[in-house]
Amino acid sequence: MQNHFELFHLPQQFAIDAGALDRAYHDVQSQVHPDRFASASDSEKRVAMQWATRANEAYKTLKSPFKRAAYLCELNGVDLEVESNTAMPVTFLMQQMEWREALDDARAEKNVNALEGLDRSIRAERKDALAAIATHLDSKDFTQAAGLVRQLMFLEKFSEEVANAQDALM
Amino acid sequence: MALLQIAEPGMSTAPHQHRLAVGIDLGTTNSLVATVRNSVPEVLTDEEGRSLLPSVVRYLPDGNAHIGYKAQAAQNTDPKNTIVSVKRFMGRGLKDIAYVENLPYDFIDSPGMVQLRTVGGIKSPVETSANILATLRQRAEDALGDELVGAVITVPAYFDDAQRQATKDAAQLAGLNVLRLLNEPTAAAIAYGLDNASEGVFAVYDLGGGTFDVSILKLTKGVFEVLATGGDSALGGDDFDHRLFCWIIHEAGLSPLSDEDTSVLMVKAREAKELLSSKTETHIDASLSSGEEVHLTITAAEFNEITHHLVAKTLVPTRKALRDAELTVDDVDGVVLVGGATRMPPVRKAVGDFFESTPLGNIDPDKVVALGAAIQANLLAGNRAAGDDWLLLDVIPLSLGIETMGGLVEKVIPRNSTIPCARAQEFTTFKDGQTAMAIHIVQGERELVSDCRSLARFELRGIPPMAAGAARIRVTYQVDADGLLSVSARELRSGVEASISVKPSYGLGDDQIAQMLQDSFKSADTDMLARALREEQVEAERILLATQSALDADGNLLSDEERADVVRLLEAVRESATGSDHEVIKSAVHALAHGTEEFAARRMDRSVRTVLSGKKLDDI
Repeated sequence: MQNHFELFHLPQQFAIDAGALDRAYHDVQSQVHPDRFASASDSEKRVAMQWATRANEAYKTLKSPFKRAAYLCELNGVDLEVESNTAMPVTFLMQQMEWREALDDARAEKNVNALEGLDRSIRAERKDALAAIATHLDSKDFTQAAGLVRQLMFLEKFSEEVANAQDALM
Repeated sequence: MALLQIAEPGMSTAPHQHRLAVGIDLGTTNSLVATVRNSVPEVLTDEEGRSLLPSVVRYLPDGNAHIGYKAQAAQNTDPKNTIVSVKRFMGRGLKDIAYVENLPYDFIDSPGMVQLRTVGGIKSPVETSANILATLRQRAEDALGDELVGAVITVPAYFDDAQRQATKDAAQLAGLNVLRLLNEPTAAAIAYGLDNASEGVFAVYDLGGGTFDVSILKLTKGVFEVLATGGDSALGGDDFDHRLFCWIIHEAGLSPLSDEDTSVLMVKAREAKELLSSKTETHIDASLSSGEEVHLTITAAEFNEITHHLVAKTLVPTRKALRDAELTVDDVDGVVLVGGATRMPPVRKAVGDFFESTPLGNIDPDKVVALGAAIQANLLAGNRAAGDDWLLLDVIPLSLGIETMGGLVEKVIPRNSTIPCARAQEFTTFKDGQTAMAIHIVQGERELVSDCRSLARFELRGIPPMAAGAARIRVTYQVDADGLLSVSARELRSGVEASISVKPSYGLGDDQIAQMLQDSFKSADTDMLARALREEQVEAERILLATQSALDADGNLLSDEERADVVRLLEAVRESATGSDHEVIKSAVHALAHGTEEFAARRMDRSVRTVLSGKKLDDI
């Protein structure tokens, strides 16, 4: 089976041409989307649904830098070991703990500004992590990249918690 | 000589064989049907030239029903048998329905969805909606002179799986072939986008009679891509009527009302609300059957004040949808207003202020959804003309999840995923020798199962007995292009399989604990505590089971004294788990884990030796 890069005829690398991805995705969907087969047979409808599902999955994976990085590691045989490997550098863990405390405080105080500040810090951290991951991926050091992707996963999850806390104060 | 015709997939081979398809806006207050004739979408009218069909059904003692204006006229004289705003009851249990105490109906709280006892018999909201849809179908067939090949039915974007399924069932009951369920704001965007050949990011603010939706869409070269959607499936123009109704009762100092008087005043409230969209003040005059007289004057400013909180309530999902789309107000190129309730000046002003731009409204807000649905129906029926090529990519509004141990929800498909989509997740067994696994499917954003909507349950049976954690059960969620879910489960080692098309409406949901999203974000704090407690209780139960089975299997590795220590720690965990302090449970669990480290090490030694000796025997 084609991988997601092959599906969209894009080079298998971290740097991506967002416009080309969008175009390829729209091209594929305009061929396979169930709306094209609304009056077709049940089996054609089913195949359309499966294909469109696959295109959506591929697009979602390649569109998000985080998911794309993780996917590249997997394609290159480096398992992220998200369940088993939880070893993290101490500095990273310390930073996480600080942020968690900041989040708890901001939540307790219903401090919207503090949440926004936290959101900004995490965004910056995510950006840095992605830049570092990109460097490792470009030099084909997938093991190093996978380690950073694992850290990024924590950041993504934490980001979501901050977003939920912000929602709660809306 | 015949002209050669080149057919592309999805295109009609013979243009003159126009396949009749319609778009239907099944609204809370009014419903409409539209079609595309000669490439122009138009709303079809009744024999008196009216485009709206009031979504009102009156059941009569002889088993017949009046639908539309005729039924609406009887609203005050026969309120109990005259069903208005039935859309609010679709896929809903009694607990989910707002202001149920002010409704004149005789509800039956049946599992999954309420039913109504009328003089014409017991009616499900699906049946009542089907009455409305069948009337529109008849109108269309009369106007177009032939049978329809299919229909696109619109639903609020924020409708959950139960409400969507109920709508599809109603259409099928009305004899319609459902080409697609289409989200209302998306339908509006199609009507606007194709009309104006627009490009860019648009927000659709859709405040109908009973539902509120907001969608953020990106339009590029014939592709309508919904980036995020949000809303409140129990907030609409009806709530403004109700607020005004309460104001009237309060201001006039009325005593408890009969059903008839309630209906009279509700109608007065609605009329006053509509008048206040164009006037600065209006009078409310009524003579009630109780003999009481109502003579009140309300100004637009007063009305704005008493309904201000409702307008503010719509801006919360609006903000959230923008954030989900990872955009800000500055990124939005245009705002489209949809739904009759957006005629209210304070609503228009609030939306304009929020998006810092004047909302578009050049298409009649009552008709725009039906027109968009007709355009989509025309495309799906295969009447696509060359060059008339566009694609719609929509999303699901609410996350789909699965119940995990301790009543927690694990999200399988997050909200705003582009449909169709699928995701598989693996689970394992909890106990040694477990041969069945219950799968409980839920929808919503909250962390506890009890706060989400239960969609369906099923069981995967016949799993071969294995040690706890050895089975690999893959649960696959598939959402189709209508936004409807089906779920299958398969044990990968044995190939045992089970699946379900989620049919939530009838009798499946035994615990329709609703409350869902509305209070989702207010109670985040208590949620976290409740979640922490559940997590610790699950962990406690897991470790109790594991330790007990280890003792049963390998207890002879321990001295009597060591064994007594372990049992003492076990009992401490068991006792802590009955309490409500998650910290206490956590420390007891920790103590047990710590106290059994040596035991675990010895067991590992034994099992490794057993495996190795087994291998040696094989090798010989």
